[in-house]
Amino acid sequence: MIDEQTPLPGIAQGMIAVTRRDLLQAWKRPGDVLNPLFFFAMVATLFPLAVGPSSEQLAFSGPGVLWVAALLATLLSLNGLFWSDFEDGSLEQLLVSPLPLPALALGKTIAHWLTSGLPLVLVSPVLAVTYRLPVAVTGILMLTLTLGTISLSLLGSVGAALTVGLHRGAALLSLLILPLAMPLLVFGARTVSFAAAGDATGAGIYFLAAYAVLALSLAPFATAAALRISIE
Amino acid sequence: MDGMSMGEYGPYVWTSFALTALVLLICDWRARWRQRQVYRDIEVRIKALEDEH
Amino acid sequence: MHKLASPPHFYQIAPRMVPWFVVPGLLLIAYGSYAGLFLAPPDYQQGDAFRIIYVHVPSAYLSISAYMVMAISAGIGLIWRMKLAHAVAAGAAPLGAWFTFLALITGSIWGRPMWGTWWEWGDPRLMSELLMLFLYFGYMALRAAIDDPAKADKASAVLALVGAVNVPIIHFSVEWWSSLHQGPTLIREGGPAIDTNMLYPLLAMILGFTLVFAALLLRRVRSEVLYRERRTHWVKEMILSAEGRR
Repeated sequence: MIDEQTPLPGIAQGMIAVTRRDLLQAWKRPGDVLNPLFFFAMVATLFPLAVGPSSEQLAFSGPGVLWVAALLATLLSLNGLFWSDFEDGSLEQLLVSPLPLPALALGKTIAHWLTSGLPLVLVSPVLAVTYRLPVAVTGILMLTLTLGTISLSLLGSVGAALTVGLHRGAALLSLLILPLAMPLLVFGARTVSFAAAGDATGAGIYFLAAYAVLALSLAPFATAAALRISIE
Repeated sequence: MDGMSMGEYGPYVWTSFALTALVLLICDWRARWRQRQVYRDIEVRIKALEDEH
Repeated sequence: MHKLASPPHFYQIAPRMVPWFVVPGLLLIAYGSYAGLFLAPPDYQQGDAFRIIYVHVPSAYLSISAYMVMAISAGIGLIWRMKLAHAVAAGAAPLGAWFTFLALITGSIWGRPMWGTWWEWGDPRLMSELLMLFLYFGYMALRAAIDDPAKADKASAVLALVGAVNVPIIHFSVEWWSSLHQGPTLIREGGPAIDTNMLYPLLAMILGFTLVFAALLLRRVRSEVLYRERRTHWVKEMILSAEGRR
């Protein structure tokens, strides 16, 4: 059904097929989506337990804590990005597909964001309330988390591709991705803090948006290269 | 400048320089040691192969 | 250039190149240390403590340069499939990590009399160096985790390139973040017009460190090459003929 004269729909169709397949798999195994979410909530819960529940402290540290929790939860979910496909051999099928591998990798990454980043963003207001963040600040929190988790999914897909199938790949993935994710954390969390203090948030949002665009244009190719190297 | 004492910062300055020298030396030793180790391992293996003939 | 890329040729040439780097390098370090410690006037704010700059800045400079060497040679190895390039990347990593460690230690020691603490999260240079160290560890950990040497080369090359793209981003982020609070930094940004008596020894140290780094790298790469080529014919011939000569 793919028309030779219009190759572009073929690529998009292939990408959508990959994304849909991953979404279906997540639907069948809701734990894969829920576990990182619970982790997110747990980490956000641990901080007041460890540091004390004083209101000023919470509101002050809220943006940072929530951002770190989101970062760690995303790392948790990144492990599974290529794992199940690696186990059942469908990853190799992707590699021999006539469709360009970067597009297919992007398809999987989109599915990953929809099942990990997006839920985090949607749950964050609930946690923001517990941290006494005002509504306007929560809006900025959600915006920065959206841009940030998109970048994390993209950046993380490269790390996941490099470590797929490795012994203790999960720990290695975290070690590889965390230093690279630092700029996202810094700009994301501090921008939300600025919003809380009433300062301008434009610079931070622009940075996060620019980073996401850069990641979108480069990561799929790096992921594809890494997949070929890991699986050959 | 009164020679070695570096105002009151002597220990800091001299420790820094000493650590730098130490690190450079460590890198040098490790490079030598690695070369010797690789060479010897290969030598042993090749001699073992030769003795079989 | 092509001849240099051949492993046996590199193996023979490298030891002859080393002295040309070591001797000038050590001389420059000797001059830089002496002039920096005794000839340069004390800083009007930091007194004699500022002299740590003469080991801290070259270490930091080299920690970044080593990463660039690693990333570029990894890229060359990946794109043009040059074995020697991968060996250079592998050899540069531990050296870069050492220099990063040195930059952190000297930075911490410098900070103690300046800030009263051994560590200041707000200092951009220390933060950047710390993240650099994590990048090096990640690279070396990935290499170690992959058994197949060719795969390890290629995978770590991708990681090095991804890291290289991120290094400027990381630096920029740390600078921006530390500028948010007027924290103390080791080196005043901008800086006053630097006395030439202060500057020349610094340049000498930077250049001297670079030359010494190059010499160390040559030797490491040589061992790396020998190890990678251990089963080849030319290595066997070389070892046997060395044996025979003894």
